[in-house]
Amino acid sequence: MKKLFLEFLSIFLVFSMLAACSQTSSNEGSGDSGSKDGKKRFAIVFKNTGNPYGEKQMDGFKQAIEALGHEAILKAPDQPTAEAQIQMIEELISQKVDSIAIVGNDPDALQPALKKAMDQGIKVLSLDSAVNAQSRMVHVNQADPVAIGRVQIEAISEMIGGKGQIAVLSATSQATNQNAWIEQMKETLKDPKYKDIELVKVAYGDDLRDKSVSETEALLKSYPDLKGIIAPTTVGIAAAGKVLTDKGLKDKVHLTGLGLPSEMAEYIESGVCDWMYLWNPIDVGYLAGYAADALVNETITGKVGDKFTAGDLGEKEIVEDGDGTQIMLGDPFKFDASNIAEWKEVY
Amino acid sequence: MDQVNKKPFSWKGFFLQWEWMLILLFLVVNVINTNLSPFYLDSVGLRDATMTFLDKAFMVFPMVMIMILRDIDISVSSTVALASVVMAHLYTLGVPMELAVVICLAVGAVCGLINGLLIVKFKELSAVIVTLSTMIIYRGIAYIILEDQSAGSFPEWFGFLGWGYIGGVPFILIAFVMMAVLFGLLLHKTTFGRRIYAIGNNPTASRFSGVQVDKIKIIVFTLAGVMAAITALFLTSRMGSTRPNVALGYELDVIAMVVLGGISTAGGKGKMIGAIIAVFLIGFLRYGLGLINMPAQVLMIIIGLLLIVAVMVPNLKPKAKAKGKPPKSQDQQIAG
Repeated sequence: MKKLFLEFLSIFLVFSMLAACSQTSSNEGSGDSGSKDGKKRFAIVFKNTGNPYGEKQMDGFKQAIEALGHEAILKAPDQPTAEAQIQMIEELISQKVDSIAIVGNDPDALQPALKKAMDQGIKVLSLDSAVNAQSRMVHVNQADPVAIGRVQIEAISEMIGGKGQIAVLSATSQATNQNAWIEQMKETLKDPKYKDIELVKVAYGDDLRDKSVSETEALLKSYPDLKGIIAPTTVGIAAAGKVLTDKGLKDKVHLTGLGLPSEMAEYIESGVCDWMYLWNPIDVGYLAGYAADALVNETITGKVGDKFTAGDLGEKEIVEDGDGTQIMLGDPFKFDASNIAEWKEVY
Repeated sequence: MDQVNKKPFSWKGFFLQWEWMLILLFLVVNVINTNLSPFYLDSVGLRDATMTFLDKAFMVFPMVMIMILRDIDISVSSTVALASVVMAHLYTLGVPMELAVVICLAVGAVCGLINGLLIVKFKELSAVIVTLSTMIIYRGIAYIILEDQSAGSFPEWFGFLGWGYIGGVPFILIAFVMMAVLFGLLLHKTTFGRRIYAIGNNPTASRFSGVQVDKIKIIVFTLAGVMAAITALFLTSRMGSTRPNVALGYELDVIAMVVLGGISTAGGKGKMIGAIIAVFLIGFLRYGLGLINMPAQVLMIIIGLLLIVAVMVPNLKPKAKAKGKPPKSQDQQIAG
């Protein structure tokens, strides 16, 4: 009988431990049974845990929601899959939250779950990575694809003096975001202003550090006259920065694109990359927080032309996006030698 | 076929079984969850929660058999992805959905059959290695078919599988209970099931006593493929579309449920009911912790701890026995 007792005891210990840690975690303010104090509860579901970019986005969301006097629930599954997000949406429906903001792992697969949430009166919006138009009321777009494509071409043109061969180092060949931006870059290049710039190749580094490095090296070998590289992905631009630094190609081959300030500070300070762009993930989350609040207050319904005030970001208007609607954060933010020191601490 | 039959029936022995421990754990989980979240004890919420975790649970049944056979199958999640992708791709090519569903099941069966044949033909390779290879191959094929795209927009009725109710009970729950009864009977009440235990306890002896070890292994692995295809049906229905990276990591969830259910990784021991309780135990634990928005990592730690307990406790028993009194019989070793 003694061992039986021991077994029970050990199991009980495990469970009391988990009860204890769950108690503390809910006290920390991510919040569980919030409805008892009458606060509204706003949830955000990111793609997966342990992603610094996602942490910043959730921080921004939390800032906005708490500034409005509500309670924020931050969730992210351990695997970046749609099925894990469906489970989280079900959990949030059971908790009867007021709103769900989602960074989708799949544009279509979340539709049944998000529809179920909307049927129960929960306001649903997506941010950053969109879900399809039927599964959301509005989407918060981190940046206008047209603007992203345009500013990068403008930047590289300025860097290389409006003349010469350029190449693009992208993520995977199927990445929706990157493909849309590259499409916009090609559109921009049609402008007679850029007639002396030739886009020689789009290489794919698959967002893997080593593959991006070898793709960059291959570009430099195949195109000895290459003047500039645009890498519209954070992994790619950092890998390209490393290669250009190692090969001492500063000022011979110019680099711009979309990068994380903390990873790129080294190259911007050394001048390998003159400047680059990115949106601020904190602002994306922050805007989503205010948009969620406006949906719950019914200040907006997600129709084109609806307007609301998004805290420090000022007034925002809902615009068309294919068969759905979206809110634009604005032009991407420029990081150069003058501001990189300040931003590398942030993200 | 089991230790209970070998000895005269004793109530103490009956209640000392791991399955009771699981039921107790299950109750503890529910009591804790109820205290943690005011939203837990809600019949609609609990009912709908079963719909989120039962899809992968269909693979638990054949996995119990495979682990009793001393084997393991880590390719099941890739089989899910391949079956799902083939079905969705054929449907978008214009094949009627009914036929696509049948083909989905056939793809699962073929994947399982290939595993079984490889394991039987190449005895020097362990099942881990064989299914590790097919795990990569099956998912690779899924990626070749759909690349990184998703496919979907299935007909209305297909959504019923994952989201529908019959008389207020989720269809997936009804299907799960029916399958549980079928597999429970197959394992515990048929010659086929008894032979699985016999092989698990001693494959060599079974072979020499005329048990068709290879045939049984092939059948069990094929069943695993078919059940993976059934998981694919429910999962695809719930998601409304599919892509080659669905069901990532499902094999580990399934193996965790089986091990927690008291099925010995050394083979020959364990009951279907244990794994079934474990399915609900992990499912409701996840749901309850999800309701209080526990970070995903904490959840994984808790499930890991539970697994250690599950593996540890059965190992404590024989030792305690040896200390207490001289061993009367090696009852658990030579069952079947």
